[in-house]
Amino acid sequence: MSVSAPLSASSALGVFTAEAFAAHLASLPPSLPAWWIARKRAAYERFAALPMPSRGDEAWRFSNLSGLTLDGFTLPAAATSVPHAPIGIQKVAKLVFANGRLFSREALSADLVARGVVVDTLQNALVQHEAVVREHLLAQPPKLGSAKFSALHEAFLTDGAFIYVPKGVQLEQPVGVFSYALGATAAIFPHTLVVAGENARVTIVEYFGSANDTEAQLAVGANDLYAGHGAQITYIGKQDWSHRALSFQSNSTVVRRDARVQSLNLHLGARQARHESLSQLAAPGAFSEMLALTVAETDQEFDQRTLQIHQAPNTKSDLLYKNALRGTARTIFSGLIVVDPDAQKTDAYQSNRNLMLSEDAEANSLPGLEIQANDVRCTHGATSSRIDPEQEFYLQSRGIAKEAADELLTFGFFEEVLNRLTDDHLHEALRVLIQTKFKK
Amino acid sequence: MKPPTDTDTLPSPAATENPVVGIDQSAGNFQYDVAYEFDAGTGLNENTVRYISSVKKEAPWILEFRLKALQKFMSMPMPTHWATKDLENIDFQKIRYYLASGQKPKRTWDEVPDDIKKTFERLGIPEQERKFLAGVEAQFDSEAAYSNVKELVAKQGVIFMNSTEALREHPELFRKFFGKVIPTGDNKFSALNSAVFSGGSFIYVPKGVKVAQPLQAYFRINAENFGQFERTLIIADEGAELTYMEGCTAPKFSTSTLHSAVVELVALKGAKIQYITVQNWANNVFNLVTKRGVAHEDAEIKWIDCNIGSRLTMKYPGVVLKGERARGEVISIALANDGQHQDTGAKMIHAANNTTSNIVAKSISVGQGRSTYRGVVHIPKHLKGCKNNTECDALLINTNSRTDTYPAITVRGDRNYVQHEASVSKVNEEMIFYMQQRGLTEGQAMSLAVNGFINDLARQFPMEYSVELKRLIDLEMEGSVG
Repeated sequence: MSVSAPLSASSALGVFTAEAFAAHLASLPPSLPAWWIARKRAAYERFAALPMPSRGDEAWRFSNLSGLTLDGFTLPAAATSVPHAPIGIQKVAKLVFANGRLFSREALSADLVARGVVVDTLQNALVQHEAVVREHLLAQPPKLGSAKFSALHEAFLTDGAFIYVPKGVQLEQPVGVFSYALGATAAIFPHTLVVAGENARVTIVEYFGSANDTEAQLAVGANDLYAGHGAQITYIGKQDWSHRALSFQSNSTVVRRDARVQSLNLHLGARQARHESLSQLAAPGAFSEMLALTVAETDQEFDQRTLQIHQAPNTKSDLLYKNALRGTARTIFSGLIVVDPDAQKTDAYQSNRNLMLSEDAEANSLPGLEIQANDVRCTHGATSSRIDPEQEFYLQSRGIAKEAADELLTFGFFEEVLNRLTDDHLHEALRVLIQTKFKK
Repeated sequence: MKPPTDTDTLPSPAATENPVVGIDQSAGNFQYDVAYEFDAGTGLNENTVRYISSVKKEAPWILEFRLKALQKFMSMPMPTHWATKDLENIDFQKIRYYLASGQKPKRTWDEVPDDIKKTFERLGIPEQERKFLAGVEAQFDSEAAYSNVKELVAKQGVIFMNSTEALREHPELFRKFFGKVIPTGDNKFSALNSAVFSGGSFIYVPKGVKVAQPLQAYFRINAENFGQFERTLIIADEGAELTYMEGCTAPKFSTSTLHSAVVELVALKGAKIQYITVQNWANNVFNLVTKRGVAHEDAEIKWIDCNIGSRLTMKYPGVVLKGERARGEVISIALANDGQHQDTGAKMIHAANNTTSNIVAKSISVGQGRSTYRGVVHIPKHLKGCKNNTECDALLINTNSRTDTYPAITVRGDRNYVQHEASVSKVNEEMIFYMQQRGLTEGQAMSLAVNGFINDLARQFPMEYSVELKRLIDLEMEGSVG
């Protein structure tokens, strides 16, 4: 219960000093609206004022606090080339960011542009779609412990993706957003803002990557998903940063009446990755499905914190987070379902499954519930175990070698999550990605 | 008095008159004037601790232990970063830390003063003691006012006495285990207890002795703003077996009181300890208790914990599974009504191979009551064959009832197995409808449904406790519907 000594001012800021912030502001195009610059200034003030997470901070329980340094990073220069990371799916549009700047893009068809769909950079959207951006960009306050890093993100956010699908428009293929951190000490702040109007339908596939697995980078990202009445958003995030990177990602989802949001995050990269996911079920009929797959190996730490807030009656949320652990990897899953008073007829589910594949891996589960309405159905479960010896034995008895059997069973473990995807192409593409990573 | 044999039948109107113990428990709002011969006054400082120690004529090492604990208590922060802010309402300077009516523990019933007998009679102790129990350690305020170990138990070599007495008569045995399971600085309230502890039970069961009948102690607070700080230490030597029961009832006071006990259990190789608690303090009591046991090789510790009373209870009975094949179990029932917060749970610390633990927790929130499950399951590195099963179910009766679940599970390695499940639900409307259709009132139906919810756990209590529990639930459910 002891509290560690307060960190000195310099380590609480790291390389993100007032001078660095002033230089960042100076680098931005002058066309950006004044309110946005003012918000960035306010965010920097918050970042500077907030302490680093410390022991005894319940939102950081089990996290490796000594790994959370903001020192030694640089704000990188523009990239000249990006690695090739095929996801193997057709896209309606694509934005590629490298070191926080737009690197290349594949534009929407003229037909979709005519119907009002927007896939553009945040910098352009801040000027051309100011009202929508102002209403939604980072509008949900962080609730999962990363207030300091969310403020850092807002202060240093340079550019990101803006996706707007107007009322009634349904995109048949996904929108692709790629973000790369390039350079040995690069610090980047990726952001994706998705606003889906009434009965709109859109799928976003986001990829985060580095050029190699040895660069000690910093990624402080965030995304905002807004599903209007009856809208459907499918979000796939694949995090494959350098294995020496430190990553903070904060996702916020607001689901309105009869809307449905499905998000699936694949966690593969980074030395230490903190991922916060907030789902707010704001109106009756809202449904949020939160899925995650993590392959944790060597000395990686994946720290996933989730919050499902049921704010209205007749809402549903379903969370399934699966971690496979190898080497000396650590995972932390801390989930909370909150049912507000009067959010009757809530149906909430939360499940964390840890597959232990080595003697030295460590899985921490903190599945929580805070229920203030009585007519609800809320359950959660957490398990940590190795491959079921009976299933292993069964496969072996059918003539399959132990190694092959273990591999099959592990893929079967992932398959339960991938099966939730309705798009067969996406399902297949992700299955190949995971199996490639797992066999590496 | 004999327990009824038809406890599973539907409640009849007569059942509310408590045919079991023959006491009207709703008459719990009483208080007798007692002339306190020793009183440490209100507030806490070094002098309070020195005073307690000198009144108890303690050895110098105990005073030293207390003073160190006091320093620890003063230096530790309130755990409000994770716990309820209600803790901040405790004013440590307004509490009496020691109070004794000056009696030495008594051996026979006849020696007990009449006014204290009168209080006990309302609690139903005399009949139960004579008919069912092997021994009674009935605590009146800080000192045991009545103590009786049946000859049979004493003949087996079992030591069962007030812990103050034990400190004088068995210092070697006491010191060897005292504060080893729960170190002074384990938490702020264990430090407080270590500084001002008084009363509680000391039990030693020799090698291979199986105590056939449960040992019991009753507790009672009887002074305004007065906190009780029992210190219980139970040691079951190799192969010994013991069941210990404690039940609490308290008069209702206008201002808050604090109850902060420390209970340490040691089960040596192959020993079994079962510790049963029925907690029913008045609704103004802060009940902040630290309970933990160490189970050595092949030993088994089982906590059966039932919390019905108090304003705020924070209690997470734990088992440290220290030896191979040790087994730990916590069975927990919590009932939170208006103005109550039952923050209960369990801790299972696996420290040897092939250890198993089981946690089953059921809570019921009525009216604006709040129940919380908080748990820790820890399986550290390089252990194999460890298993934990955790189930917590919460039942919410009214629209504004509240329940929370905060488990923390850490598993290292691929040779252990852990599963945790929790659910939250309300009483099935169809079930209520069915029972109403058969002629029960809605209240009776609700009461029956709630009793059904905890039935599989309540059955694990000794008969008189499970009957009392059922009655208490009936009482709590009154007026919760309609």
